[in-house]
Amino acid sequence: MRCRLLRGDLVNRVVHLDAPQWRGPDLQELVSKVALGEQDAFGQLYDAVAGRVLGLVRRVLRDPAQSEEVAQEVLLEVWRTASRYQPERGEVMSWVLTIAHRRAVDRVRSAQAASDREQRVASQAYAPAFDEVAEQVEGRLEREQVRRCLKTLTELQNESVTLAYYRGFSYREVADMLNVPLGTIKTRMRDGLIRLRDCLGVGS
Amino acid sequence: MTIAADLHTFTGAYALHALDAAQSEAFERHLLQCEACAVEVEEFRTTMARLGSAEAVVVPPEMKARTLAATSTIRQLAPLTSDSDRDGGSRSKSARRWPRFALAASIAATAALGGIAIEQHQAARQATIRADQLHSEQARLSALLTAPDTRTATGRTGAGVGTIVWSQSRGEVGFLAQGLPALASGKTYQLWFNDAGTMRPAGLLPSSSGSLVLTGQIHSAVGVGLTVEPAGGSQHPSGQPVLLLPLR
Ligand SMILES: [Zn+2]
Repeated sequence: MRCRLLRGDLVNRVVHLDAPQWRGPDLQELVSKVALGEQDAFGQLYDAVAGRVLGLVRRVLRDPAQSEEVAQEVLLEVWRTASRYQPERGEVMSWVLTIAHRRAVDRVRSAQAASDREQRVASQAYAPAFDEVAEQVEGRLEREQVRRCLKTLTELQNESVTLAYYRGFSYREVADMLNVPLGTIKTRMRDGLIRLRDCLGVGS
Repeated sequence: MTIAADLHTFTGAYALHALDAAQSEAFERHLLQCEACAVEVEEFRTTMARLGSAEAVVVPPEMKARTLAATSTIRQLAPLTSDSDRDGGSRSKSARRWPRFALAASIAATAALGGIAIEQHQAARQATIRADQLHSEQARLSALLTAPDTRTATGRTGAGVGTIVWSQSRGEVGFLAQGLPALASGKTYQLWFNDAGTMRPAGLLPSSSGSLVLTGQIHSAVGVGLTVEPAGGSQHPSGQPVLLLPLR
């Protein structure tokens, strides 16, 4: 009960939506050290990103054991490709979580046979867009902001973005599921992300 | 994909990894020539990173040691000198085989989310076929998930979710845990059949996530309980159950 009250309270208090400040070590500097093979730097980078990587992967894959495996692959890819990180193309966190999302989606797609896929489509109808299975510690405020911003999307924008982002469906599958033309889904994904971007205060 | 005038509107689907490989590659060629799209994709990735950050969880401590240890087996890429393998490396490498346990787990996750789609018999049968590849515990659980009279109940403890899946006709219960509170060292989760107030030991779950088929048959049990016990388990619960789920 107390928890619920706190949640409501947070929703009401969160009015401005600046990006959260990362207060830890300079991630960009860490990545350049990781690129030189420095284990210590990798350990620190791990501490900064692992919770988000695992959380995102788990959100997409849902299976805890596999999620750990994929999250570890993601972190090792960060280790392997640190020299390829391009600061001018985005923040470290964004680079790492892009890798995490792509790997989670790849796993969902490559690993599941067609019938399994159908099962996933069929079960979609039962799953709320925002479950509360993984109540996390770090991201509660962030989560409230995201939740709030997702609510500013039209229904079709919301469904298009969340089915792709949180469930790993391709835009073709989303179009099939929602029975909406491909071109419409494509633009709704873009429009939805634009609205989220603006609501979350990303960019200039 | 037709390379049409509206190519610029693929930024969203591309950033969301919602294009197939061929479409994605085609769009990447466009990105090299279109600054506006490149900027938009970057902003979308930053936006998505905010969504991803909101999912942050506490990482099992042993994962760090495992990951750091694994770095010694992985050769790092040299700094990029040409565009040749800029993005190719990672996408295809994850294709190695992995156990087919995902289905059972994803059904359980669906159950945990408040609804269960067990009635997809076709998919369920496929799951049973795939279960051949699993070792027996997973196969039993999979079979249980696909029994005609399968039922489920879900409860929470802290941030964790526990789901029981049972079939009266088989007399068996499966338990699936997701993110239960971390155990202190020397402790284990233990499951119990609740025989109208008397707790009957039904197996150990030594981690905060995972699944098992309970030891023993349902008989006349009215519920399933979960307690924290010393490693190795107990004959009787040593404390109040952290989770108590009804078998009805
Ligand atoms: Zn363009």
